[in-house]
Amino acid sequence: MRAFLLRRLLHAIFVVWGVVTVVFFLVRLTGDPTLFLVDQSATQEEIAHTRAQLGLDRPLIIQYADFVGAAVRGDFGASIREKRPAMRMVLEHFWPATVELAAAALLLSTVLAVPLGVISATHRGRFADHASRVASLFLQSMPSFWLGIMLILLFAVALGGLLPAFGSGSLRHLILPAVALAAAPLAQNVRLIRAGMLEVLGHDYVRTARAKGVAERGVIYRHALRNAALPVITVTGLSLGFMLSGAVIIETVFAWPGMGRLIVQAVPGRDFPVIQAGVFVFALVFVAINLVVDLLYTVADPRVRLT
Amino acid sequence: MRRLDTLAVAGALVVVVTVVLAALAPVLTPADPIKNSLLDRLTPPMWVKGGEAKHPLGTDTLGRDVASRLLHGARVSLAVGFSAVLVAGVIGVALGLVSGWYGGRLDDALMRLGDVQLAFPVLVLAIAVLAVLGASVTNLILVLGVTGWITYARIVRGEVLTLREREFVAAARALGAPDRWILVRHLLPNVLPPITVVATFSIARTIIAEASLSFLGLGVPAPQPSWGAMLDEGRNYITTGWWLALFPGVAILLLVLGINLVGDWLRDALDPRMERGM
Repeated sequence: MRAFLLRRLLHAIFVVWGVVTVVFFLVRLTGDPTLFLVDQSATQEEIAHTRAQLGLDRPLIIQYADFVGAAVRGDFGASIREKRPAMRMVLEHFWPATVELAAAALLLSTVLAVPLGVISATHRGRFADHASRVASLFLQSMPSFWLGIMLILLFAVALGGLLPAFGSGSLRHLILPAVALAAAPLAQNVRLIRAGMLEVLGHDYVRTARAKGVAERGVIYRHALRNAALPVITVTGLSLGFMLSGAVIIETVFAWPGMGRLIVQAVPGRDFPVIQAGVFVFALVFVAINLVVDLLYTVADPRVRLT
Repeated sequence: MRRLDTLAVAGALVVVVTVVLAALAPVLTPADPIKNSLLDRLTPPMWVKGGEAKHPLGTDTLGRDVASRLLHGARVSLAVGFSAVLVAGVIGVALGLVSGWYGGRLDDALMRLGDVQLAFPVLVLAIAVLAVLGASVTNLILVLGVTGWITYARIVRGEVLTLREREFVAAARALGAPDRWILVRHLLPNVLPPITVVATFSIARTIIAEASLSFLGLGVPAPQPSWGAMLDEGRNYITTGWWLALFPGVAILLLVLGINLVGDWLRDALDPRMERGM
């Protein structure tokens, strides 16, 4: 267990380092942000001066060494636009806005998936099952941002502003973006739980449980569901990564003040420190989720040994 | 099984019809998809009050015919979807074969690279790369293609790891077949079925990714029509022209749904080990 954790930790550090390094060089290929900062009338000397102030006139490899040195201390430099520490800006947008959105979507997509998946499995081949299959197919085939726009059209425009179309600050603001983000993972989870339940319900221990007189609810939720939940844990981990990615575009649709929108806006402005800090947080969260998923496996299935 | 076949046929039909409509777009379309006509701006669909028969699905804010733009947009979605998956598939299968067959350091390095890439939010990566390269159909294909290789590489590598221990490979080796022969003649045909299934679903996902990037203004440059860019325009006129945001989305939904249905059928037909009913 200890060796496993250590190895996974090293691997995680490597992955985060790799991501940050790629982004460092990639953003520098996009061009020089200096020209966005100086006046149109600035002379060559003034431009050179600003560039030197930003440290962008030095050789790339020196810039990189400095960047890594500062980054391990948590210092990602100051935003070129706002002159504030980039990491602080990213964290302000990450917490609470992006976390709120992702957590709400995760909650919706897992909590709703359990009863829907179980009903689908226990009503196999009947109306509820077919309805759930058709709904899943549709939800998994539409772009989340379009679903978002349609939700705005329905709830904010057609129904006369039943729910706000954009912005944040209240639970009402959270509903539409969270639903748009949760739809596709929810559909996937329902199908997974259904498939898992169908497989598990045929096993001997389920028959045994029934034979010894366990109530049907108990059979389904205590005996079967626990075993059917394993693939859901993996997929939920993956879909959390998907949600962070999806949050980038959903945040843009709903003008949600999260980290994804911050990064999207930083790219055309070539705000290198903000992009780097943002992607670093993204990678860190993603790697952490994967680790937690592996650990959860041992809780859900004690037969799984981590080596 | 019968039900599934009906669905698969319906899905295939949607895909084929879309391909035909896209191919014939210049002939079929009632109007020039990029010609402005400000007098006709925001004409609603023909069955709504104020609509006209010459613009069956209405016009956008510059008076361009929505139906014509949808048909031309289909060309972008299909071209990017199929080409990007082809790029990703070729790179991924080649690297997966080599990685699984030779193992060792090369294998380690490639799989680590894949881990790094999977920790990226693809959309952010694509945004950054497209900001460097500029927005165009070719660049979209490159970005979405190159970022997609790891899925194929992992699957192929896994298959190769088990296949390489099989008798027919040992036999080929004993007969003195060179590595390249074994990889191309013996291993490649065996990894193709699972790859075909994954590739089909990838086309669907890539079409959505293309729409997302075009929606963010990083896809096909204006005024060339693409479904994602049309949705971006439509979003801003949601109170005055609901049809602008509705139809391009329905088009994406139908095409992606069609491809997914074909993928479901392929999975059942080609890869009996994968679970059914998902």
